[in-house]
Amino acid sequence: MAVVAIVVFALLHLSPGDPAAIIAGDQATTQEIEKVRVQLGLDRPLAVQFASWVGDIARGDLGRSIYDGQPVARMIGQRLEPTLALALCTLLVSLVASLPMGIIAAWKAGTWIDRAIMGFAVLGFSVPVFVIGYGLIYLFALTWELLPVQGYASPREGIGDFIAHMVMPSLALGWVLTALFARMTRTSMLEVLSQDYIRTAQAKGLSTTRVLVGHALKNAAVPIVTTIGIGIALLIGGVVVTETVFAIPGVGLLTVDAILRRDYPVIQGVVLVFSAVYVLINLAVDLSYGFLDPRIRF
Amino acid sequence: MKRRTFLATTAAAVAAPGILRAQTKANVLRFVPEADVVIFDPVTTPSWQTRDYAYLVYDTLYGMDDQNRPQPQMVEGANTSADGLTWTLSLREGLRFHDNEPVRAQDVVPSIRRWGARDAFGQALLAATNEISAKGDRVVEIRLKKPFPLLPNALGKTMAYPCMVMPERVAKSDPFKAITETVGSGPYRFVANERVPGAKLVFEKFAAYQPRNGGKPEQTAGPKAAHFDRIEWTIMQDTATAAAALQRGEIDWLQTPNNDLIPTLRTNKNIVVRTILPTGLIAYMRFNHLVPPFNNPAIRRALIGAIDQRDYMIAINGADKSLWRDGVGYFAPTSPYASKAGMEKLTGKRDYARVKAELEKAGYKGEKVVMLVAVNIPYLKMMGEVSNDVFKKIGLNVDYVATDWTTVVQRRQKTEPAEQGGWNIFSIYDNGANELDPASHLLLRGNGKEAQFGWPTMPKIEELRNAWFDAKAPADQKKICEQIQLQAFEEVPYIPLGQSIPPTAYRNTITGVLSGHPFFWNVRRSA
Repeated sequence: MAVVAIVVFALLHLSPGDPAAIIAGDQATTQEIEKVRVQLGLDRPLAVQFASWVGDIARGDLGRSIYDGQPVARMIGQRLEPTLALALCTLLVSLVASLPMGIIAAWKAGTWIDRAIMGFAVLGFSVPVFVIGYGLIYLFALTWELLPVQGYASPREGIGDFIAHMVMPSLALGWVLTALFARMTRTSMLEVLSQDYIRTAQAKGLSTTRVLVGHALKNAAVPIVTTIGIGIALLIGGVVVTETVFAIPGVGLLTVDAILRRDYPVIQGVVLVFSAVYVLINLAVDLSYGFLDPRIRF
Repeated sequence: MKRRTFLATTAAAVAAPGILRAQTKANVLRFVPEADVVIFDPVTTPSWQTRDYAYLVYDTLYGMDDQNRPQPQMVEGANTSADGLTWTLSLREGLRFHDNEPVRAQDVVPSIRRWGARDAFGQALLAATNEISAKGDRVVEIRLKKPFPLLPNALGKTMAYPCMVMPERVAKSDPFKAITETVGSGPYRFVANERVPGAKLVFEKFAAYQPRNGGKPEQTAGPKAAHFDRIEWTIMQDTATAAAALQRGEIDWLQTPNNDLIPTLRTNKNIVVRTILPTGLIAYMRFNHLVPPFNNPAIRRALIGAIDQRDYMIAINGADKSLWRDGVGYFAPTSPYASKAGMEKLTGKRDYARVKAELEKAGYKGEKVVMLVAVNIPYLKMMGEVSNDVFKKIGLNVDYVATDWTTVVQRRQKTEPAEQGGWNIFSIYDNGANELDPASHLLLRGNGKEAQFGWPTMPKIEELRNAWFDAKAPADQKKICEQIQLQAFEEVPYIPLGQSIPPTAYRNTITGVLSGHPFFWNVRRSA
């Protein structure tokens, strides 16, 4: 986290762009812009600015937006629910779709079913999220008028509204994850299905479902879970595009806005929060190995 | 319970909150602006979004009608002394701030002073002013050093930096530091606690607002009747999504639809696509006058011969001629000061070979021309592409710097030579309303380092500008503006590249949309 903090701070402050010039506006003279810069504290040496920021973080204060003085923690807090909801729904959609696809593809390896599923996976990797998003909007919102085009409805305001607003974004964002997880599940399952204990289980007369899910999937789970962890990182990146296409007021859009305006405290705060989330996910993935495979000990 | 009954009950329960929300939204106007409001102080930023927000929550002493003539707004009436040196403004009765405090002359005085510290028109007014004082709670007296007949125009200007009236305690704050408290006296109240930065702004009708009696609502003049209980601005970065939401009826009004989507919106019978901002946006190419090669006026003059406004306008707006205008001079085409003076230089036959020869004759020796292009904004990229093509044809040694807008904003402030991180040229839009008259037309300022980025020194134009302030008869003012334009073609502070006239789009259930910027009074939902 400390490394992330240093790198983010250095990159942001060394890259071109001056929030003081943006705030002062087109009609401002150089002197007026300098006045704004002084007021924002951007005239101070970088080391002083960094020390001040780190000191604030140590006190649990992520700082305030350069533009309107809003606390960064509050800004992120306001945006966290839609992003988390989108991430969870996407994960759910992807897992529900990809695991059976991967299992079936491995079970029917070499058949047309396997090729169809893998064809879908290639398509999933190839088509950008925004293309899928626009396609879904055209079909489900404009043509069939089944779902709303944009926005977010909190589950507290009604679960029906919430689901209606989440269907298209989750499908759009989940498309690539489904492809990734399906491929990984297939590969992992193929390896396991060639093991002796699977043949033994089949010889014992266990049902195909029992063999695939109870024996094969459980033993293939470690690489799949690892891929899911990586997928969540991909998801964080994809959220930005999905939130833009579906006008979901989440952290992704906040990040883009802040970058375009060089709102340093907001960018730094968001990156720190994202990196913390990523560290936690990796930790959870690592810990899950012990449960999935008792031979793994830390 | 039968299966069908169970399913129906469940579906109703799931849908109920949404239905309830839809019902409670009946008197809500759902608007999508071009961008979010990030600074909530109309004095410290020329941002268009801040200005539109400010017109909802604040009020002005004067408003502008459709002919851009100032009309009393908060002011009941004004008296001018015979020598023109004293103006006495009386406030209307019953004006209240959103904290229910009355609007007093004591609030107006610091509001004018704070605005005048930042706005060019305000600076001209304050430079001509001896004293501004409150004579009682409802009377403001402005004593001048010399007559300033354009005083109502200054106080009622609608472009960047309008003169908004704020409570005294707020108005006395540093004009270089944005205020964070929003207490206006306009027809709508800003609901700060419902704001989600970058996503949503909410306004509620201010019940105590009293529109002025009589007059016709036009732009910011006349009665400002609020017909909605609530106005919600939703920020949508993707204009395709916003257009889809408009078609679906999820929003009522999309400020600026993407040009590519206008034909689709026009075919939808439920949507009105209309131009409400006749002043539009004027594209221009700005030079850095401090460093070679554009510190040489002859080189700048030669370049005019290569510019074809049609090329720029078609690249930005497409072939639909209703969306743009060429033959645009140094004043907005809808300005009373727009004229044909010197226009043949822009509208005559384009001859690249001749321009190339003129550049050489003017002393251009192949110096590198650093052109800043914000490629993350499509219309700016288009301007850059057209310029790049033209410059190559006339033999300019162009260094096309593709970057983002924020970097352009920073770099254009650098006065150093290009090789030291400065710049030579870039193109952008100006709000056409800024180019209606010399007072607010900052691109025509020639006061050197005090001028906008580019920093031209043009004493003759400054003289003419001052003469315009002093002129009393409209015919004299018009003549001066013709001289300004002729002089601008000589000194070339910038080159106009044409006018875009972006339309707005709203559901046909919305009526009463006024001309000008998005103003929200007089707008209502038809039954």
